Amino acid sequence: MSTTAEHEASQRLTNGHDATNAAVSVRALWKVFGPKAEQIVGSPEATLSRSELMTRTGCTVAVNDVSFDVAPGEVFVVMGLSGSGKSTLIRCLTRLIEPTAGEVLLDGEDVRDMSDTRLRELRRTHVSMVFQHFGLLPHRQVIDNVAYGLEIRGAKKKERHARAKEMVDLVGLTGYERSYPDQLSGGMQQRVGLARALAVDPSVMLFDEPFSALDPLIRRDMQKEVIRLHEEVGKTMVFVTHDLQEALKLGDRILIMRDGAVVQIGTPAEVVAQPADDYVRDFVSDVPRSHVLTLRYVMREPRPSDSDEGPVMSPDTIVRQAARAALASAHPVRVVENGQVIGIVDDDAILRVVVAEEGAPA
Amino acid sequence: MTATATTRDVVGPGTKVGLRRVPRWGQALFVLGIWVLVWAVMRGQDTLILPGQAKTGLHDSMSQWKSDLIAGRDDNAFMQFTGWIADQIEAVGTWLQELVSEPAPPRPVPEIGWFGVVAVASWVGFAVAGWRIALLVLGSFLAFGLLGYWEDSMDTLIITFFSVAVALVVGLPLAVLMAKSTRVTAVVAPVLDLLQTMPSFNYLLPVFLFFGLGIPAGVVATVIYCTPPVVRIAAHGIRSVSGTTVEATDSVGQTRWQRLRKVELPMAKSTIVVGINQTTLAALAIVIIGGFINMPGLGGPVLDALTGQQTGNAFVSGLCIVIMAIMLDRTTTAASVHGEKLARSGTFDPRRHRIVLAVTGAVALVCVYYSRTYLKLAEFPESALGPAIGREMAMKVQSFADWFTSTFDAWTTAIKDVVSTFLLNPLQDLIANSPWYVTAVALTMLALVVSGLRPALITVVCLTGLYLSDLWNDSMITLTMTLVGALIVMILALVLGVAMARRPGVDLVLRPVLDAAQVMPAFVYLIPTLLLFGPTRFTAIVAGVIYAAPIAIKLVADGIARVSATTVEAAVSSGSTAWQVITKVQLPMARGNVVLAVNQGLLYVLSVVVIGGLVGAGALGYDSVLGFSQSQYFGKGIAAAGCIVLLGIMLDRFARGAVERQQRNNDILTRRPISGAI
Repeated sequence: MSTTAEHEASQRLTNGHDATNAAVSVRALWKVFGPKAEQIVGSPEATLSRSELMTRTGCTVAVNDVSFDVAPGEVFVVMGLSGSGKSTLIRCLTRLIEPTAGEVLLDGEDVRDMSDTRLRELRRTHVSMVFQHFGLLPHRQVIDNVAYGLEIRGAKKKERHARAKEMVDLVGLTGYERSYPDQLSGGMQQRVGLARALAVDPSVMLFDEPFSALDPLIRRDMQKEVIRLHEEVGKTMVFVTHDLQEALKLGDRILIMRDGAVVQIGTPAEVVAQPADDYVRDFVSDVPRSHVLTLRYVMREPRPSDSDEGPVMSPDTIVRQAARAALASAHPVRVVENGQVIGIVDDDAILRVVVAEEGAPA
Repeated sequence: MTATATTRDVVGPGTKVGLRRVPRWGQALFVLGIWVLVWAVMRGQDTLILPGQAKTGLHDSMSQWKSDLIAGRDDNAFMQFTGWIADQIEAVGTWLQELVSEPAPPRPVPEIGWFGVVAVASWVGFAVAGWRIALLVLGSFLAFGLLGYWEDSMDTLIITFFSVAVALVVGLPLAVLMAKSTRVTAVVAPVLDLLQTMPSFNYLLPVFLFFGLGIPAGVVATVIYCTPPVVRIAAHGIRSVSGTTVEATDSVGQTRWQRLRKVELPMAKSTIVVGINQTTLAALAIVIIGGFINMPGLGGPVLDALTGQQTGNAFVSGLCIVIMAIMLDRTTTAASVHGEKLARSGTFDPRRHRIVLAVTGAVALVCVYYSRTYLKLAEFPESALGPAIGREMAMKVQSFADWFTSTFDAWTTAIKDVVSTFLLNPLQDLIANSPWYVTAVALTMLALVVSGLRPALITVVCLTGLYLSDLWNDSMITLTMTLVGALIVMILALVLGVAMARRPGVDLVLRPVLDAAQVMPAFVYLIPTLLLFGPTRFTAIVAGVIYAAPIAIKLVADGIARVSATTVEAAVSSGSTAWQVITKVQLPMARGNVVLAVNQGLLYVLSVVVIGGLVGAGALGYDSVLGFSQSQYFGKGIAAAGCIVLLGIMLDRFARGAVERQQRNNDILTRRPISGAI
């Protein structure tokens, strides 16, 4: 897929979100590693394969002309395999890695134009980040790790400890304030990382594969924790993961990256129901579709002959949730939006989704 | 260096196969064989022997240069500058001495008497490392007094601490710079390399020239010698702070200074303290050797006793050094973990801890007050319990030594004779009695075959220097002693290292002994060996072996222990005998470490063999000592010092070249299939 087509696709898919009000807005962002990186941006060489570009110029394009908007309060997931550039992308948002070209607007202000002082200010108060390998300070107790961001910006000890204590309670670590990181399990350490990020009361939180290093069971707990925290504190979140299940579970919208470029941006249902290309299709093939697809994607056009006695449901109802009621009723489900019947879902449509899933190879 | 290495291995597979046809050791043997043949014919010609008391025009002109330099001291800006520094150091040194070791006029005793010093030292031990260490410090200080070396011990400690303080003030900022900037590293690292290659003994002569005798020269030499470890280790510690943590803390908006102070330095703290530990021990080692340039302290009595063959006195003063080394080592090691250990203990209450420190500190100050008031607490009392213990011990050791030498003389002589006849003499005959050009060509060829082109070129340069110094023959004798010592070290290292790696029990017993042995200044090892073997070159070799063996054994043991257990298991499951596992799996896989052990063995033995010039080892060491003691031989001494440096560099690059070549081979072998797959 060419860059322009991709760009159009992303434009199309970001429609409905007002870019000027976005919490995070990324425009044509590039990150190229290597000598004379600027010359690669937008040049024909950028379309070469990675190994070819490497041998020819010694450069690697980690982020290739990426644009997206994140609405305030949204959970936006960036998903891709390792090496797809997603970790570089999220680091470019606060210039932990310096972008090569493009714009990163946080509340309308371009991060790339900020002075060092302004950038520090931003990191101290506005954006915080949770890391895959926690990045805790081993020589500090939990409470001082959590309070680190506050300490850095000059908060008094009493004040920052009070705030840190609140955060420790919020993430469920009450009683571990005086422990050292290496006395905690991985899951607990990541809770400390979460508390540290929350302590500065940021408006945007960035997550870089925060749960990849954890056991599956703990990972599930932590995902629930993030959902709970999101409901409680309502932060804007940008969440990087390589785990599709995690992306589908957490994301309001998902950006799928490959080799540094955007392949598709959409809601979980969109990504599963209308994969942008074979790459995404292959990716989502193992997903239990009934858990993700909404009725919108399985309904057919209403016909005059349709019964009007079936149950009424919203088009955003997930198939699995609709299944029991739909199959129990003798009449097909009527999908209603704004008082209009926009589609019909019969037993066959539901069964196709559920059965296809069971027939799919594990 | 690595850059050239990588470009060279691009030449890769083709040449590789060519070299592989005749293994390196085969080529080396071939060179050796030809050398022996030539030697048999030309033996004794052009050996460039220069007798002990003889000197050449070159040496005389260097002595003259020194005399001119010293005569023109008032006009020469550089000499004035070094003189000014020497005065400052002297002033601080004298002040410290009057504080704890020398009479401080108008008082007949130091400002703080032994009682106060012991109390303050113990308190410091308690504050930095806990009450166990406080007891150790207390015991050590009392021992210095009881053994009769209170003043000398205090002097040694003063100079050690003074030098370490200067080393840290210079070294820690340098370490931070090195950790932060690759450019600084590129400049500083080779200098540190060179400084660490040189035997400690070698710093003394040039320093003596510019800073005179006594404390100033001692401090300067010590600082130069003891700074590199802390710079290197601290820089490494800061550089290895987890990148994730640095990034995570950057992400909350810290400044660079906050990053350094709150993240990098605290996280590298324990490594930095290891560096301080190494620096302190290095400082102690050279402060002892400083006896050669009249530096106050324990070096003097040991040196006097050694030259006067008074084994008893040498033993007692040596014992003080051993106690001091252990005390310093344990204290700095314990200090590195003390704070965190306290905080982690669970029951720790910072406020109570502070109160305890304040109270005990007050007690120490009261002790200081008493030590200023009562003479008995100011001067270490000469009583039944006082220094008489030391004298008695010296006498007992002396009589034991006499008994021992008279009883076991036959045995020790036999050992000495066997090694001399079958190893030392033939090798020395070959190296030193071949015509100089034959030896030079042979050594260069060996370097080329074993280590590669670069080491061979460096060998040529070093050999040229040795030839020009007019001390060729002495250099070759010192080289022989070093090689023999290193050979014995390697035999020990392979046998004991393998045993340690394969049997946890052996490791359990041997490791603490080796750790303790590594802490001692090299000089100490001359004392027992002198007792056993008398003043000969063999004594110096044995002392060198004892000094070098611990590090070499540990390197081999650790190298083997790191060999993947799976590989060993696979070898055993395919029916290998223990011997086959050792020779075909473990040693080859640990080859990098083994060659590193050779490198360390060579350098360590060299440094002791040189000090051994004092106890009959002759050659370059003797020439150097002559340079300190007699003005007209200064030039020869400097030339000898230069030769020692050249030998050190040559041996170091030779062994290091072998390691690098080894690693390159491994890289090629392991990489090829992977890159092929891509």
